[in-house]
Amino acid sequence: MSDVLRAPHAIEYTYTRSVGPVIDRFFAGLGEHRFQGIKGSDGKVIVPPTEYDPYTGETLTEFVDVGDVGVVTSWAWVTDPQPGQPLDRPFAWALIKLDGADTSMLHAVDAGDESKMSTGMRVKARWTEDNVPDMSSIACFEAEAG
Amino acid sequence: MPERGEGTIVERPLRLDYDYTAGLAQSRFLKGIAQKKILGERCPKCGKVYVGSRGSCPTDGVATDGGEVDLPHKGTLTTFCVVNVPFAGQSVECPYASGYILLDGADIPLMGLIQEIPHDQVRMGLRVEAVWEDEVGPTLQSIKYWKPTGEPDADYETYKMHL
Ligand SMILES: [Zn+2]
Repeated sequence: MSDVLRAPHAIEYTYTRSVGPVIDRFFAGLGEHRFQGIKGSDGKVIVPPTEYDPYTGETLTEFVDVGDVGVVTSWAWVTDPQPGQPLDRPFAWALIKLDGADTSMLHAVDAGDESKMSTGMRVKARWTEDNVPDMSSIACFEAEAG
Repeated sequence: MPERGEGTIVERPLRLDYDYTAGLAQSRFLKGIAQKKILGERCPKCGKVYVGSRGSCPTDGVATDGGEVDLPHKGTLTTFCVVNVPFAGQSVECPYASGYILLDGADIPLMGLIQEIPHDQVRMGLRVEAVWEDEVGPTLQSIKYWKPTGEPDADYETYKMHL
């Protein structure tokens, strides 16, 4: 194997993107430590909000406040976190349906150990202190009781 | 953060960290580069010489000979583009020419920068030679760029099969 060369190879792109009116408002809410969804044509609340109805394609405008507590609908345990991931210790990626929402959003759950994770468990957002109006305002989720 | 509003712009870096394993054939090639040699590998069946070889002939599916062909550092520019659009991480100032250099005796071109000639005079058939960095290593960056040799342009017939 010593005949074979190896080297780190990083590929990095920085995208500059406009978030649009709906995600902009969602982000602004995160800066104030609250979640907002948007009501779809079938009356269901979509979190994070989308600009257009997933079924009819019509423009959505009716924002709805939802809780920062919710239920884990699915999860996967991460044994070896990678650089840039939300936590530097083992955690779970989870789909979390916030109270008042009809869809689940993906985030990290700081459970400490895989045995503490279960589908159906209640989790609460842990907010960061700096109130930045984007996703970085959510440090992660944690067990509601914990 | 920029101004809030419908036009909010965010920067979102996307980074992929690879641990790249070059493989035997590319390692032979890169070790050659570290000694200022450009090594090609010949297909035992069709006789084509691959440079930057992956260790097998894509036409015949057989292993190449293992870095036996010590190629000259001179060749013909077969095709090129003039880059006018700056992008992040660019190492040279725009506009500049980047092209395919078919080394004499090779059947596949190498890519490189074409310098020491105004970009609007770069042309197909231009004869070029490698300009090496003072410090070379097992990386293609060891070849700084390619410059005109001053020889007459190559006849189109001599490289048309390699476009
Ligand atoms: Zn062949």
